[in-house]
Amino acid sequence: MIFGVLGRAGPISVLALLLAACLQMHAQGPFSAPSENSAFSIPQAQLIQPEELNRLLHTGGGEKPLVLQVGSRVLFAQAHIAGAEYCGPGSQAEGLQQLQNRVAPLSRTTFIVIYCGCCPWNRCPNAGPAFRLLHGLGFTRLKVLYLADNFGTGWVDKGYPVERSK
Amino acid sequence: MEKAAAALGAACEVRPGMRRLLLTSLFLGAIFVAGVPVAFAVESLVNKKAPEFARRDLSGTSLDLRSFRGKVVLLNFWATWCAPCKLEMPVFTAWQRHYGPQGLQIIGISMDDGPEGVRSLVAKLKLNYPVVMGDARLGERYGGVLGLPMTYLIDRNGVVRAQFQGETDLNTMEKELKLFLVRR
Repeated sequence: MIFGVLGRAGPISVLALLLAACLQMHAQGPFSAPSENSAFSIPQAQLIQPEELNRLLHTGGGEKPLVLQVGSRVLFAQAHIAGAEYCGPGSQAEGLQQLQNRVAPLSRTTFIVIYCGCCPWNRCPNAGPAFRLLHGLGFTRLKVLYLADNFGTGWVDKGYPVERSK
Repeated sequence: MEKAAAALGAACEVRPGMRRLLLTSLFLGAIFVAGVPVAFAVESLVNKKAPEFARRDLSGTSLDLRSFRGKVVLLNFWATWCAPCKLEMPVFTAWQRHYGPQGLQIIGISMDDGPEGVRSLVAKLKLNYPVVMGDARLGERYGGVLGLPMTYLIDRNGVVRAQFQGETDLNTMEKELKLFLVRR
């Protein structure tokens, strides 16, 4: 009946829509769709993997990035990437202002890595807005640390160096 | 640092066997004070006594984990900015209503920086279980709460029986929960 109404292209269109819906659900997990502010919106080319960042930070010679945490202060206080600075949650206006103040004096070619790791990647509310702010400000060497589940499993459990806040 | 340990040892008449211990302590102390990078010791709490804590909940009532001995406790670390946490909490509210008479007690621990937004979300979601404010210290006692949500299932004897991290299948969590509710 439905196919008849839609004509010859109907079945293909319906199947395509179903396939797209399934793919979307698979990518986003069992709950509702992530918001457009989620880290899911960050282009793949802008991501850096934990292994690569750890290597950059702990091998001599190469340029070391400025690492900024743009998530929760309580999580940062427990453990953060050694040498990282806390810049406020990217999901809140005050956090973005803090981040903007921190990077204001920097050259737009400064190598910056931001990270959050508060939640599973496609649910993170902080990394996306922080990335868009820095990108909009013209930073050209900007990466976002990809933490699939959270900072604990993506960094700490791998034994990479961390610091606690004093 | 070796000289410092030796000097301190001599000054305090420390036995030679104690010198290594003293040196290690000084080294660890220096790391702590200087903030030198260290690997975070991640140790599972499963099958260990749940770290005790006592705090006031959002309504000002004192809450002591020990007072829930004899009940099955679901200890849920969450935050207002955590999307999966907000999806879980209405389910926890339903569980508290349904399984509460069988001995379930859910306790929420907010890892937000302050209680303002927490109060309004708790009211909006009509949570029927107590919520206390957490902090880095409490997180560290629970092995480091370095991602949310994080939920611990504690049996009637105060022993942690399961840990659920991240976006968890709530059906699995409910099955585990029911297992411990029937055990006396």
